[in-house]
Amino acid sequence: MRRSAVPIVVAVLGAALVALLVYGVVARHDDTTLDSAVKKGQLPTAPGYAVSLPTLDGSGRQSLASYKGKVVVLNFWASWCPPCEHEAPVLERAQKQLAASGGTVFGVTYKDDASSSRDFVRQHKLSYPSVRDDRLDLAPKYGTTALPETFVLDKRGRIVALSRGEVNERFLANAIDRAQKS
Amino acid sequence: MRAAVLAVLLMLSLAPGALAAQPKASFNDVEDEVMCDTCNVPLNVADSARADQERAVIRKLIAQGLTKQQIKDRLVATYGPNILATPQDSGFSLAVWWVPVAVVLALLALIAVLLPRWRRARAPAGAREEPGGAELSDSDARRLEQDLARYDV
Repeated sequence: MRRSAVPIVVAVLGAALVALLVYGVVARHDDTTLDSAVKKGQLPTAPGYAVSLPTLDGSGRQSLASYKGKVVVLNFWASWCPPCEHEAPVLERAQKQLAASGGTVFGVTYKDDASSSRDFVRQHKLSYPSVRDDRLDLAPKYGTTALPETFVLDKRGRIVALSRGEVNERFLANAIDRAQKS
Repeated sequence: MRAAVLAVLLMLSLAPGALAAQPKASFNDVEDEVMCDTCNVPLNVADSARADQERAVIRKLIAQGLTKQQIKDRLVATYGPNILATPQDSGFSLAVWWVPVAVVLALLALIAVLLPRWRRARAPAGAREEPGGAELSDSDARRLEQDLARYDV
């Protein structure tokens, strides 16, 4: 009886270590739930709709719910991200187009120094609001691990299109058009 | 007028001390305890735009005269505990501490169980050996005697 206990203990310990390793790997996998839902045309509800974050200009807090009933282009960005610089003028043009119909681009900074973010906004003359997600309360809900990423929400807070990467005029125009019609 | 001149003189005398806060932390000492939060490696080995930004933030905080702990606290307050390179003492991160301890304890337990068995298994085998070696057969003994007789010492 005592002889058989040793291999069992070693096996249990080995299995526990392997399980720990598997958990560590699985827990870090990219969340693509939204991607597959949007691809299937399911219009998933935007997660973290009520998550309230501090505005970049320090004027208070805002959430996606602040724009309920409006088309929102949710954009995760950072000042250190070159593709974010490239797409900033495209988003600013989209903001001008959306503002006319009551919609907005809603910027969310991701792992960025606030003063650098504010410099970025000034430098690119961005007129749309941005909030700071320093503690990552919102970005992980969208599976955001790299920048930039953009999610286009219709008036009912459903995601009609998403882009994991730099957006262009054509993508935004099509997505906003679909969001306004849905 | 006299008060204004005094005020200006006072400001000038205080200015150097106020502007140049004495550094209370070394950059290298802080850098290796902070993570590059986009590359998931310690900042001292990270090479990215975000890492450069974090380094600039740390230099700015050092220039403000903050201690190493104050800088780390400031970073944690802004970006959360994951910004630190040292593992947290809660949740799944605890595994970093208890897994090595558990492995060492398990190995010690294994040695404690196997060592006496191994020694017990060796002892009877050794006891079977006779101190004088194996006994020779009659023919071998005769041949040995003949061989020794040839060497006249």
